[in-house]
Amino acid sequence: MTLGLHLPGDSVIHRLPVGWKIGCLLLASTGLFLVSDPAWLALALAGVAILVIVARIPPSVMARQMAPALVILAILVAVQAIFASGREALELGLRFGALLPLACLVTFTSRVSDMIEFIERITAPLARIGFDPAAVALALTLAIRFIPVLFQLMTEIRDAQRARGLERSPLAFFAPLLIRTLKMAHEVSEAIEARGDPAPPDGPAGRSRANRK
Amino acid sequence: MIELRDVSHAFDGRMILHDVHLRLDQRRIGVVGANGSGKSTFARLLNGLLVPTQGRVLVDGLDTRTDGKAVRRAVGFVFQNPDSQIVFPIVSEDLAFGLKPLRLPRAELDARIDAALRRYGMERYRDHPCHHLSGGEKQLLALSSVLIMEPRHVILDEPTTLLDLRNRNRVVEALGDLPQRIIVVSHDLDLFRDFDRVIVFDGGRIVADDDPAPALAHYVSLMS
Repeated sequence: MTLGLHLPGDSVIHRLPVGWKIGCLLLASTGLFLVSDPAWLALALAGVAILVIVARIPPSVMARQMAPALVILAILVAVQAIFASGREALELGLRFGALLPLACLVTFTSRVSDMIEFIERITAPLARIGFDPAAVALALTLAIRFIPVLFQLMTEIRDAQRARGLERSPLAFFAPLLIRTLKMAHEVSEAIEARGDPAPPDGPAGRSRANRK
Repeated sequence: MIELRDVSHAFDGRMILHDVHLRLDQRRIGVVGANGSGKSTFARLLNGLLVPTQGRVLVDGLDTRTDGKAVRRAVGFVFQNPDSQIVFPIVSEDLAFGLKPLRLPRAELDARIDAALRRYGMERYRDHPCHHLSGGEKQLLALSSVLIMEPRHVILDEPTTLLDLRNRNRVVEALGDLPQRIIVVSHDLDLFRDFDRVIVFDGGRIVADDDPAPALAHYVSLMS
């Protein structure tokens, strides 16, 4: 599982600041929704293909990353073709066909830590109204980091239930998944605290935990 | 030096640790005990993850109750399951995580990351997704992420439990080379053969505190 994370490289796109890349993605996606001429949309798609080549992202990696979204897109295009018109289906296909690899390109060429730093920076002014940018950034990081860990957990639980002949029991799957996820969440919070606790405000450590085992 | 003065700890009205009074001034200290004997609670008290319900824990003169952040800078903690300790998806990003509050210049940050990776021959994993590492490599990354903070003491809670023999040996070898004071909680008795001191817990109390051979013999007789 690659999770669409950073692919190291030294292309021009890799070297661009992450804020620029996210800004361009926002502008491009807005632009793609303002344009409805299939010729312009096809041109945009070709432009994105050139960017992918410039970033030296292997086509196989890009295809693997986009595969689940492309299946959904194919269904949407088919529905549009049946219930609307061929032209609208073409517009939809080209628009999202350009947008999806562009979004993947941003994630492939940007380090998660740079993205998180960028989010922290742009949300910093919200600290005045009680928003904690560092905590939100940390939560986003953990969400990305723990997707493969949770998949591994689900596989382990599914295998264990199958070994016991309980593969059709949702309770036998979700109960241990919930318990182990909560236990892991507790361990992770403890580990973050032990590693220096960069998110929460200053204060004596562990005071809130004085009565915990 | 780490010092526990008349430390007791209770959870839900149940005593987990009773009257522990210790000075930990040797370089390699092992902690053993049956499941539920209080050894993991003991380990968590040493870097302020837990604050004792009675008594004081002092790390180089700092009280874990009032100087928690400074204590955690001085005492690194490696957990049993590295998956719970690795926060960022990419190896180099995870190593950089603990250094974030120091706001180091990029060049110094990279130099520290490179040095940490070189220590265990993991340079090629710099931009690798953490979830692609083997169990032993993950544990070495977890250890590196602690060592990069340059703590004076390192606590390890069952660091070899989830590892196969080859990875266990890699981690043991890594521990042997550390200049810091290390305190290891483990059921892996072989790990403690060359240690300076072994403390045995039973029912929340210290029942033996000696050189490895007599302490481990006491533990084995306790378990049989």
